[in-house]
Amino acid sequence: MKISKVKFGQAFDALVSEYQIIAPVSDANGIAFQGVKSFSEVKQDYLNSKLPPKAFFFPQHEKLMSYKKEGKDVTVKSELKVEDTILFGIRPCDAKGMQLLDMVFKNDQYTDPYYYERREKAVIIGVACQKIAPTCFCSSFGMSPASSEGSDILFIDLGDSYEVEVITEKGKALAARFEALSELTADEQALVAKIKSAETSSKVDVSTTTSKLDKMFNSPFWDTLQEKCIGCNVCSFSCPTCHCFDISEEVRKNEGTRVRTWDGCMAPLFTLHGSGHNPRDHKKARWRQRMMHKFNYFVHNNGSMACVGCGRCIKSCPVNMDIRQVIDGANKAELVVE
Amino acid sequence: MTGVQRMNKIISDIRETARQLLADGKVDVVIGYAKGSLPLKATPCFVHSAQEVDSLIWDETCENNLAAFVAKTPGKKAIVAKGCDSRALVVLLQENQLVRDDLYIIGVSCHGVIDQRKIGAEVGEILEASISDGKISVKGMEGDKEYLFAEVKDATCQTCRYPNPVIEDLHLGELIQVSQDVAAFADVSAMENKSESERQAYFKEQMSKCIRCYACRNACPLCYCQECFVDCNSPRWLTGGVDRAENLLFQAGRVLHLAGRCVDCGACSRACPQGVDIRALNRKMTKDVYEMYNHESGISEEGKPALNVYSANDPEEQFLVKE
Repeated sequence: MKISKVKFGQAFDALVSEYQIIAPVSDANGIAFQGVKSFSEVKQDYLNSKLPPKAFFFPQHEKLMSYKKEGKDVTVKSELKVEDTILFGIRPCDAKGMQLLDMVFKNDQYTDPYYYERREKAVIIGVACQKIAPTCFCSSFGMSPASSEGSDILFIDLGDSYEVEVITEKGKALAARFEALSELTADEQALVAKIKSAETSSKVDVSTTTSKLDKMFNSPFWDTLQEKCIGCNVCSFSCPTCHCFDISEEVRKNEGTRVRTWDGCMAPLFTLHGSGHNPRDHKKARWRQRMMHKFNYFVHNNGSMACVGCGRCIKSCPVNMDIRQVIDGANKAELVVE
Repeated sequence: MTGVQRMNKIISDIRETARQLLADGKVDVVIGYAKGSLPLKATPCFVHSAQEVDSLIWDETCENNLAAFVAKTPGKKAIVAKGCDSRALVVLLQENQLVRDDLYIIGVSCHGVIDQRKIGAEVGEILEASISDGKISVKGMEGDKEYLFAEVKDATCQTCRYPNPVIEDLHLGELIQVSQDVAAFADVSAMENKSESERQAYFKEQMSKCIRCYACRNACPLCYCQECFVDCNSPRWLTGGVDRAENLLFQAGRVLHLAGRCVDCGACSRACPQGVDIRALNRKMTKDVYEMYNHESGISEEGKPALNVYSANDPEEQFLVKE
């Protein structure tokens, strides 16, 4: 089924009063996901945002609670604010990224209320990619520029209209608000089929990576791999699946806030203990952690790789560390006999 | 020789020099550039054996300041240094961060590096690109375009007065004639001439883009503090909050810490994934140091960075009193 962009725009504008709507807009720095008040603000022709949309569920700096001490009285206040939200225009890689984050923040051992309550109240409308950047490599991970994993509704842009594919129950409830859905023409069906069969031209073979990494903890591969890395957080902050965080207290006199901030495994402060000891005290250990976490530990724990091939880290790395080459390097690295 | 031939000669000389240094055991590693995985992007390269030297390259895409790696790389090392890299090495030597005898500087003169961001803004994602005799042909997702190198030269390189290394053990290629004998700060003057509210608006916008990834700090050859003030938690100078005020505190703190030391290589701006105009702050500080102390950092091995020396003649009347 399809909906004309005019009709969808009307539905979108009507939903603004009930939902916080996040969508891609053009800003000074490229494309960013931001709150919008009208469909006319939404950027239609874009590759993807510079930064991943994960921050709407997992902000870079988040107040968890605040507290105040007056005499012997201590008051504690939750800082969690949750709104009904629609994320529109999410690309399939980022939608899949959300699904991977879900595994971290809600699993059989733990549910993170801050992430999860926002996530529960959010509906994701994915929009399939029709332009594929040279750094896109999602097809390496069993996905495609039009895959629907993680989206509640998937749109495919047909020019004047969107093909609407309802993926989840949440999506179904929202799609009920769209009116004037009509059937696709034969030409449009052919276009949809073409978009759905597209693959990224860049692909990396990850079929043996996890099992190879099982045997690579002590590999000399890490010694040389890390040399050119400058240890900034560009890759972690621009990654739709990176989720390491730090919790700290921001205290002033008798009041304070407990905050959660993004951490990044490339930074020297990562896993630094209060004692001054750091089990990963060198870039070598930190790079090994990055690769192991994404392509080995996460697979063992959750059955999926923690990379969606969005290519942001490749584009933004100041020294051109290319994760595709790192995977390839690990695949080919000689194993040391222990 | 044509430009291409000259470039190729420098590349083969870099490789040959590296081969000799490694084969003779004079150095453990050669730090240079290799072809990157993306068009118009070189990548820092660490060559450990004579067999690997053919990965070394040299061209207008070699944008990183390799001096940032030197102190962190153990052993004896050779480094491919352009003018700004060499200036950073000078400051590091002046500040006792490097052992000169452990360092072999392969100097190359630099005509400047390419501002890929400018190209990307016009042609979209760059699919293919080639550089030949001062012309750059680019195939982008939004279209193809040909540029003259001068049109897409990085802003830093446009005001560079030290394209030739100021310290080196060997020079490869021809020296570049520099006509500009006084530092020009037209960009800073333009900023100074804006009204306070205009400047405030400009820096508000710039600071709101910062995501505090610290790529600028880490790409900087002269940001080498063991513990950066932003990472210090006792006292805690700033929080992990990513907002304009905190971001400005970080950026301004970093710039002040580089006063009289910054060599204006532009590595910070190029490293920034968000396109923050970090140089706008650095350049103002560089201009002030130039005018107040008649000092340019890292241009000679003699002397010390401007703010590392004190004299009774310092023009700070209220501060130092002659008895």
